[in-house]
Amino acid sequence: MQRETLSVEATALRRRESAWQRARRNASVRFGGAVLAALVAVALCAPWLGTVDPSLFDAASRDLKPGMSGEIMTLEGELVRHTFLMGSDSFGRDVYSRVIYGTRISLLVGLLSALIALAAGILLGLLSGYVRALDGVLMRVMDGVMAIPAILIAIALVAMWRASLLTVIVAIAIPEVPRVARLVRSLVLTIREEPYVEAAIALGTPAWKIMFAHILPNTLAPLVVQGTFLCASAILLEAILSFLGVGLPPDVPTWGNIMAEGRVQFVEHPHNVFFPGLFLTLTVLAINILGDGLRDTLDPKMAKRL
Amino acid sequence: MIAYLARRLLATIPVLAVVAVLVFLLLRLTPGDPAAILAGEAASPQQIERIRAHLGLDRPIPVQFAIWAGRLLQGDLGESFYYKQSVASLIAHRLEPTLALATLTIVLAVAVAVPLGVLAAWRSGGAFDRALMAFSVLGFSVPVFVLAYALIWLLSLRLGWLPVQGYRRLAEGLGPFLQHLALPALTLAVIYVALIARVTRASVLEALGEDYIRTARAKGLGELRVVVRHALANAAVPIVTVIGIGIALLIGGVVVTESVYAIPGLGRLTVDAVLARDFPTIQGVILFFSFAYVLVNLVVDIAYVLLDPRIRY
Repeated sequence: MQRETLSVEATALRRRESAWQRARRNASVRFGGAVLAALVAVALCAPWLGTVDPSLFDAASRDLKPGMSGEIMTLEGELVRHTFLMGSDSFGRDVYSRVIYGTRISLLVGLLSALIALAAGILLGLLSGYVRALDGVLMRVMDGVMAIPAILIAIALVAMWRASLLTVIVAIAIPEVPRVARLVRSLVLTIREEPYVEAAIALGTPAWKIMFAHILPNTLAPLVVQGTFLCASAILLEAILSFLGVGLPPDVPTWGNIMAEGRVQFVEHPHNVFFPGLFLTLTVLAINILGDGLRDTLDPKMAKRL
Repeated sequence: MIAYLARRLLATIPVLAVVAVLVFLLLRLTPGDPAAILAGEAASPQQIERIRAHLGLDRPIPVQFAIWAGRLLQGDLGESFYYKQSVASLIAHRLEPTLALATLTIVLAVAVAVPLGVLAAWRSGGAFDRALMAFSVLGFSVPVFVLAYALIWLLSLRLGWLPVQGYRRLAEGLGPFLQHLALPALTLAVIYVALIARVTRASVLEALGEDYIRTARAKGLGELRVVVRHALANAAVPIVTVIGIGIALLIGGVVVTESVYAIPGLGRLTVDAVLARDFPTIQGVILFFSFAYVLVNLVVDIAYVLLDPRIRY
């Protein structure tokens, strides 16, 4: 009896470990992860990458082409020479500094929105999967939320709440909650029927141990995969909100805001749109490639479906 | 069949009802007083109070909802704060550009994506397949407004093939109408092509592994007939499903695309309404888009039965 328990647990453990190890060797995971790590480094080191304060502007340095040098007034009132690697915008702000600092906001919004959506979704999904009485009502509400296009929910919520970093993050997370909740619910319902859970029940394992030792670890892989994609779509959504002028205030250096400011002079100065656009695309691409790799290695069942 | 249709129709009613409740609550249970916004900065408390009473905002929330839902059932979406006309007529006026853009995008995307997906599945693992999959990941990742500006720069500014912005009504002639829609539709179609091509490839690939394909090949059918008549026909259901689900993506894309290309459609109306904090219009547009999404997916569900005789309800 004792030996059987051990072997069941050992097999589960071995399978789990090998999946994560497989993920670490996967080319997509490595590439996406490396690019993402580089972006995180850029975000953290923003002040030391030859940037100036992203809010600084100088009327004499307006609309410079990329690579041109000009002068900019520091907060102390000191005039310094500065090379505008990505040119300047129509206020005379350094686009390079704004793009580099914009990395911080994008990554922060992506990470926090994904985490909030995951936390709320896991809670609702577990409730739905375990408490039969709540299941019907919760899932109907989730269906309703999913029928409203995510971007419209986010736009409406931000408009209601007035945009700040917190409201933007929460407004982006809310429309993603139903997808997580449905995933968790279906995982809970399937995993409950798995032979290893039945075996654990038959062996008299307490319910809390089944939940934490058997069910939760097995929802982890699909949730990590889902979380990566949530992060990518949150970053996109934030950029869209800023770009449309309904997101964070225009002076905050977000990629969407830089593009919204640059679009006015797009014909003469396309770089003000293209540089932040390039960073945005690269970031989303890296996260999506990472997610694809994780899905293929961690969640083979889901990978086969797509 | 008729019983199935009736059941499927009835099943959409609760979803629409939940959507209506959510949209109502979305704008009522959030901070910010519509009456104060409508009255403007200089209004006295009495004026705000009068507007509140006029709009019925002083009554309890459930009563407000009942009144609002009752009007909704009669097609009355209320009066726009900003445009001073009924939201329903506002939507009707802005419908043509959005409908035209969405339709052209879907037609374009399906016409491109399905053959690409079939080809990739047929030669799966080959260079074309890998190229298409790489494009698909890229297509998902390029934000629609970044793509829009890249295409404007290339096709309008550099090559001068297409107008940069604007919209011409169909009544002004098919030529200018299509000329102005070509670039926005192309922009929007990319993400859709990525999505549909990927699903087409996966489901055709799965169908190609079935026994009936071997049988079809064994009896000497040509490859084209095997792939199209046997594999693609059997793979139709997931493809149609993803087109329906993709409508949500399309609606999001429409809002952004119309803004970039200055198309006076529903997407543009949404953004303008949000910037003006015009609550009835925001509510109306969200409801309209959501109902459209639910109805398209209802049509998709019905299409299954027609596409796949194996499905019996």
